Amino acid sequence: MSDHPKNSTKSAENISVKVTDLHKSFNHHEVLKGVSFEVKPGEVFVIMGPSGSGKSVLLRHIIGLETPDAGKISIQGQSIEDPAVLGQYRLAMVFQSAALLKSLTVGENVGLYLTEHESKPPAEIDRIVTQTLETVGLKGLADRSPSELSGGMQKRVAIARALVVEPQLVLFDEPTSELDPLMSVTIGEEIRKLNQRTHATTIVVTHDRDLAFGLANRMAMIADGQILFIGTPDEVKRNTDPQIQKFINAELNSKPKAKP
Amino acid sequence: MYKNIGEILIMFWQTVRALPLMWHHRKKVVQQFFEIGNTSLLMVCILSMFIGGVIALQTGPVLVERGLSYVLGGMIGLSMCKEFAPVMMAILMAGRVGSAMSAEIGSMRVYQEIDALKTMNISPINYLVLPRMVAITVALPALVLFSVPVGWLGGALVSAYNQRISVGFSSFFSDLQQVVELKDVINGLIKSVVFAVVIGLISCHQGLSTSGGPRGIGRSVTKAVVNSIVMIIILDYFVTGVLLIFEK
Ligand SMILES: Nc1ncnc2c1ncn2[C@@H]1O[C@H](COP(=O)(O)OP(=O)(O)O)[C@@H](O)[C@H]1O
Ligand SMILES: [Mg+2]
Repeated sequence: MSDHPKNSTKSAENISVKVTDLHKSFNHHEVLKGVSFEVKPGEVFVIMGPSGSGKSVLLRHIIGLETPDAGKISIQGQSIEDPAVLGQYRLAMVFQSAALLKSLTVGENVGLYLTEHESKPPAEIDRIVTQTLETVGLKGLADRSPSELSGGMQKRVAIARALVVEPQLVLFDEPTSELDPLMSVTIGEEIRKLNQRTHATTIVVTHDRDLAFGLANRMAMIADGQILFIGTPDEVKRNTDPQIQKFINAELNSKPKAKP
Repeated sequence: MYKNIGEILIMFWQTVRALPLMWHHRKKVVQQFFEIGNTSLLMVCILSMFIGGVIALQTGPVLVERGLSYVLGGMIGLSMCKEFAPVMMAILMAGRVGSAMSAEIGSMRVYQEIDALKTMNISPINYLVLPRMVAITVALPALVLFSVPVGWLGGALVSAYNQRISVGFSSFFSDLQQVVELKDVINGLIKSVVFAVVIGLISCHQGLSTSGGPRGIGRSVTKAVVNSIVMIIILDYFVTGVLLIFEK
C-alpha cells in the first residue's frame, strides 16, 4: 500500500476541485448532462436540487466511485482518471445511507481509517474515537452495533468516521436527512467548524434549505442533471429564474415552522 | 462469462500480491477460520461417515461375491482420501461457506459499505477477499484431513456389520494400511487447496459484483454456489489427471 495518504503532507493544504462537462448515463438514461463547476480551496460549496436530479451520482464521481462517460474531474489541477491522484489526498465522504460496516462496532467504524492505515497506536485511536463520537453527540456508544442505532444516529456515526480522517476534501450527501431539526443545526455547525478549523474543501449535497443557506460560501442549483445557477446564497435568493424560485420556495413551504 | 473469468484471474493475482499484508489482517483470518470450522465440523462428520458407508455398501457385496473381499479396505481407503473427501467437502464448503461469503460481501456491496471502504482508501481485496481466501484455503484441507479417517471408519463399520460383506475391522484396516500411502493423502489435500481457492474466488467475486439491490444478493448467492460446484467437478477431473502424471 504505497499510495496511502499517511505519507502525504499532513499540512492543511486545502485543495480545489474542478468538474468539467461531466456526462453520465445508466442504461441509456442520461443522469448527468454536462455538469461543470469549480470548488475553490477551503470553500463550502452546496449543491441543491430536487431528488433524482443526479446529486448523489455527481458526488460519487468526484470521489472516484463512478467513471464518467465524458468530461473530466480534477483535484488540484490533476485529473482523477489517474487512480494515484485520489490516493494522494485525505478524502472523506458521508453517504446518504450512512454506509456503516455492519460487522463492526460503532467505535470500530469510526476508527477504521486509522486502524487500517496504522498511522497511530491503538490507545491513541481509542482516544480519538471517543472524542469524535462525543463531538457528534454519541458519547458512550462506541461498543454498540450500528444496527442498534436509529437512522439519524447512524448518520452521525458516519460523520464522525469522516471527521477522523481529517480530510482535505470532504463530501456530504444529504447530511441532515433523517435528523431532527435540533440535530440538523448541530451537524450544520459541526460541518462549519470542521471547515473553519481545517479549511477542508467541503461539498454538501442537500435538500435542507436552512442548512444550505446557512453553510454555503457558494451554491449550485441542479435540476435534471444540469446546473441551473451558481452563486453566493444571496445571489441565489435574488435570482429570478422561476425554476430556482419555485424550488427554494417549495422547500421553504415544506417546513412546518416556515408556514405563515 | 469470459469477462468473469478474466476478473476472477485478476482478483486471484491481486490477492496473491496482497499476501504479505496477511499479518495486518490476522484477526479477520482467524475469525473467518473459526466461523468455517464451527459451521462445518459436525456436518463434515456426518457426511464423511455416510460417504464411507455407502461406498462400502455399493462395492462390498460385489467384491465379496468374487472373492476379492481383501481389497475392500484399500479401495475405500484410497477413494476416500483421493476423491470423495476432497470433492464432497468442497461441495459442502461451497454450500455453507461460499454462500455466506457471497451473501456477506454482496450485502456490503448493495448497502454501499464497499464504496465507503474505497473512499477511505481501503482496498476491498485486502480487507475482505484476502482474509476469506486465506481462511478457506487453510480450513478446507483441514476439514478433509478430518473427513478421511471418519470416512474410513464409516466404511469399516458397514463392511463389518453388513451381512453380505462381513469384512472385519482388522482385515479392513490391514489392507488399507498396505495400500494407502502418505502421498495419497497429500494428493487429496492438494486437490482441496485448488477447490478452496476456486470457491473463495468465485464467491468473493460474485459478492463484489452484486447489483440490483437486495434481490441481487439472492441471485449472487445462487450463482456463487452453482458455479463453484460446477467448477469443482470439472477441475476435479483435470487436477486428478495432472496429479497422476506426477505420481509416476
Ligand atoms: N447505479 C445506478 N444505476 C442506474 N441508475 C442509477 C444509478 N445511480 C443512480 N441512478 C439514477 O440516476 C438518477 C439520479 O440519482 P441520484 O443522483 O441518486 O439523485 P439525487 O439527486 O436524489 O441524489 C436517478 O434516476 C437514479 O435512478
Ligand atoms: Mg441522493
